[in-house]
Amino acid sequence: MKTHLHIDWTSCDGRGLCAELLPGVLDRDDWGYPVARGKVGRERTDVPLRDADREAAREAVFLCPRLALSLLDGKAPETGKQVPGQ
Amino acid sequence: MSQANDTYPPVPLQPAQDTTRQEPRLLAAGADAGWEQHVGTFGSSEPHTAGPGLLEALAEAGLTGRGGAAFETWRKATAAAGSVRKGLFPARPVVIANGAEGEPLSFKDRTLLTHAPHLVIDGLIALAAALGGAEMYVYAPAAGLPHVQRAVGERPRGKRIRVVQAPETFISGESSAVVNMIANGSAVPTDQRRRLSESGLNGRPTLVVNVETLAQVALIARYGAQWFRQAGTGTDPGTRLVSVSGPAPVRDVVLEVPGGAPLSAVLREAGMDPAALSAVLVGGYHGRWVRPAGHTLSPVGPPSRVVRPGAGVIHALDLQACGIQATARIVSYLAGQSARQCGPCMFGLPAMASVLNRIAGGEANPRLASELDRLGRLVSGRGACRHPEGTTGLVSSALEVFAADFRAHVSGYCTGPGGAAA
Repeated sequence: MKTHLHIDWTSCDGRGLCAELLPGVLDRDDWGYPVARGKVGRERTDVPLRDADREAAREAVFLCPRLALSLLDGKAPETGKQVPGQ
Repeated sequence: MSQANDTYPPVPLQPAQDTTRQEPRLLAAGADAGWEQHVGTFGSSEPHTAGPGLLEALAEAGLTGRGGAAFETWRKATAAAGSVRKGLFPARPVVIANGAEGEPLSFKDRTLLTHAPHLVIDGLIALAAALGGAEMYVYAPAAGLPHVQRAVGERPRGKRIRVVQAPETFISGESSAVVNMIANGSAVPTDQRRRLSESGLNGRPTLVVNVETLAQVALIARYGAQWFRQAGTGTDPGTRLVSVSGPAPVRDVVLEVPGGAPLSAVLREAGMDPAALSAVLVGGYHGRWVRPAGHTLSPVGPPSRVVRPGAGVIHALDLQACGIQATARIVSYLAGQSARQCGPCMFGLPAMASVLNRIAGGEANPRLASELDRLGRLVSGRGACRHPEGTTGLVSSALEVFAADFRAHVSGYCTGPGGAAA
């Protein structure tokens, strides 16, 4: 079960609290918006978390003034195991 | 673009020299096909009786979405079907035929809705039936609306289909924007914690399917997967519509080409000589610049030999045009089309457009190209929709294909005439 920190970009205003609480996970861009360190693609919107960062992430979710953060637990990726119509 | 409706049937201006020639499938019923022409051409069918067997046929056919992402249609439909069963009470799913065509260089969906609305509706009804009786919508821009409404009024069971007008913005066809428009009257993308196939319109499992994809579904439902695979290649079966445009006097034309078609053959069929072109934009404004020779159109394969058809846009640039100026205009447009909801897109895209315009304008600053690259990497993957990475992809292809022009520009001259830096 991997936990992801989901950033709702339509709500985020770049206040920067999350980057302060999770300095190892999030950096800030030219305009102050969070950037997931060392991640590319959609992992910059659903940021995978290490167990050690989970508590700080929970705090960031709770404290974000724009309510732009949430935690996603164990999201099952779409697999190739699907059977048509079932 | 306004000529799109005049281009049927798609008669090649020159005999094709490659294996691109394709008997029309989707537009076989002819211009402005009404119900009788439609049934007369394709035969009668009972799309509302389709069951889960249709999804198996779609899997066997290997049909991929024709709206841009080229995701396998059966997977998308099966995911929605799975979500229907997951809840305590099964939620009635929703299928939306997406005819929004915000790509300024795309006109194939408009052409299809004008001439073959019944084929699209057959596919919509069949897919909705295969999901156990889904709610049905057609989402179409003003140009396609009257044709859809007429078709809905002409056919049995048409009343069950609701028709919603799509606004003429670039992102109006993004799937969460489609759902948002139907639910709230606002065609901007929404944050997605869950996939639309799990929770879309009013929380129901929702499938947003491009209109051409649905027309292909209708043909597969009628004639089967084996018939579908008679065109195209093993990895890119069937046919697709492409909107081809180029330097004057080349006319805008919609062509139906087999999967895996060589780009140069498609260009020739549209009346262009690949040797007289500097580059071709394939896929749309979120697509990629490539050289006119050497690539085939397919959603899968190595990028050195294969270019993804995306939304089916093929736009050729002649040898005199400056690719950097062309790209700068497109990126400026894309920056203006940001919904201004997500910070990285709202600030990053105008920043990219500004740097690109400085390069196009001939500012002799060798750092500009790397700054453009940095900004592209910065915005990528950070938004409710894929507008940032789509724009980045276009810019990086320009940096690659027009590398020599970039060097010339940042040294203070433009290799093409008519440039500000010339």
